[in-house]
Amino acid sequence: MSTTQPLLNIQHLHKSFGGLKAVQDVSLQVPEGSLTALIGPNGAGKTTLFALMSGFLRPDSGRVQYAGQDITGQSPERNARLGLTRTFQIVQPFAAQTVRENIAVGAHLHLASRREALARAQQVAEQVGLSPQLDKLASDLTVAGRKRLEMARALATQPRLLLLDEVLAGLNPQEIAEMIPVVRAIARSGVTVLMIEHVMQAVMSLAEQVWVLAQGRLIAQGTPAEVTSHPAVVEAYLGHGTAERLRQRGATPVQGAAA
Amino acid sequence: MKDLRNILLFVLVVASIPLWSDSGVLLNFVMTALYACLLAQAWNVLGGFGGQFSFGHALFFGTGAYVQAIAQMQWGLNAWLALPLGMAFAAAVGAFVGALSFRYGLKGSYFALVTLAFAEVFRIVATSVPFTGAGVGLMLPLRESAANMQFGTRAGFVWLMLGLVTLALGITAWLRHSRFGACLQAVRDNEDAARAVGVDPFRVKLAATVISAALMGAAGAFYVQVFQYIDPGIAYGPHTSVEALVGAIVGGMGTLWGPVLGALGLHILADLTRNLFGQLPGINMVIYGSVLVLIVMFLPRGIAGLGVFTPGQWLRSEKKGERS
Repeated sequence: MSTTQPLLNIQHLHKSFGGLKAVQDVSLQVPEGSLTALIGPNGAGKTTLFALMSGFLRPDSGRVQYAGQDITGQSPERNARLGLTRTFQIVQPFAAQTVRENIAVGAHLHLASRREALARAQQVAEQVGLSPQLDKLASDLTVAGRKRLEMARALATQPRLLLLDEVLAGLNPQEIAEMIPVVRAIARSGVTVLMIEHVMQAVMSLAEQVWVLAQGRLIAQGTPAEVTSHPAVVEAYLGHGTAERLRQRGATPVQGAAA
Repeated sequence: MKDLRNILLFVLVVASIPLWSDSGVLLNFVMTALYACLLAQAWNVLGGFGGQFSFGHALFFGTGAYVQAIAQMQWGLNAWLALPLGMAFAAAVGAFVGALSFRYGLKGSYFALVTLAFAEVFRIVATSVPFTGAGVGLMLPLRESAANMQFGTRAGFVWLMLGLVTLALGITAWLRHSRFGACLQAVRDNEDAARAVGVDPFRVKLAATVISAALMGAAGAFYVQVFQYIDPGIAYGPHTSVEALVGAIVGGMGTLWGPVLGALGLHILADLTRNLFGQLPGINMVIYGSVLVLIVMFLPRGIAGLGVFTPGQWLRSEKKGERS
């Protein structure tokens, strides 16, 4: 497949819940092999957009194309088989099972043998730093552990496109610092990563390109440095007129804008 | 594998009982206890491993029982052919009810109510149509011979039942160590997470319903062979559904030995209270009920939740064993 064709291509997606327009006319293209981020204030529609991409929700209108195929409204389990998988912002472990068993469920997508799936689970656990907890019950993990488990289970499916929904939320600064290299390593291993993230430190250091969603609409896109100084983005986060006031004061809103 | 070794041990011990004892009381007890084990095991496949709580497993039991009787009496088939046919019909009913329920996303209490309703509908239909003998039921003619699956002694039935229980144990062990079992438990624990990693919940739950129903159908067929009589109340009444789910819940859902322990424990309890307090009608059920309440209160994970039988610990000790 040519490098010019995006791996994920969404066009004019719309989704409403009753009177609430959660996602309005969003189009974006994720190039293969990239590490990109989707940011925006709370309630901007980021998670809804992920659900539309991965098949958990069906858009009211618009199209989702993955690897050249139209997958609009296709079920998440079929998308996972094509290599598109996601994690959940609110972690969803199989609580009654061990970490190893949790990850093995992902590995079973392409491995029929139990032995191979368990072995693969062990490898993936090493990749995300979960090896010491392999035989713990998922319900006994800390928040950081559960976030790692979310990633591990998704990674075990050997995805081509991984949608990470706030894997850093709720972690302390040290845990964040430990997690950033893990995400970077995943991207380096050839997996295309699109992440929703609130932690700007991570977005700035990881993402090549950033999309900003506010009130269901894409308001900006570009490199992290470009979007954080974009007036519309500053206003979305800090309120109407902020950009103007900051400019009058001669200050340039930078990295910390969204944090 | 440890599970297979334990199953083999269990089978050898139980199979030897008729060889050293010809006590009718003991063999009768073993047979009915094994029968209760099969009911609990069948329910456990869907309820314990799949997390889909059926209140109407009698639906599959009754279907297996009626097919067993009708195939012999009206279609002229041999009992040994009727048994797999009974299981197949039960499985087909399971596929039908499962497909309907899961297609429309019924979960939890809604699924329980739908299964209950289906069992009731079948009970009413069986009371009204002629080929089930309507309210009078069907009486299987006595033709004592192993070839007709009508053994002269209890030993034959014990071995037959043991065979069916072994099948159920084998399927349960397979669920614990296979891709299908992993997917089924994933769907039980978190359906959305399972979908995100490529598990199709509809297919997995449907397959579990079919397996569970087939085992339940086998229990129904066995019932007909032993008691040579079936009527709509026995076949589709709530008693069998309750016996199946209580055995699995009391024993420990989603475990290999829990339903066996639960069914056995309850069976002993029921026998004891009946024998000790038989003169006071109803008091045995009061005691039975009280003990059930105590078990549910103090052993929320069932009898298998005690000691080494916790699935987590069980698995962990197993893995340590495999590594060393």
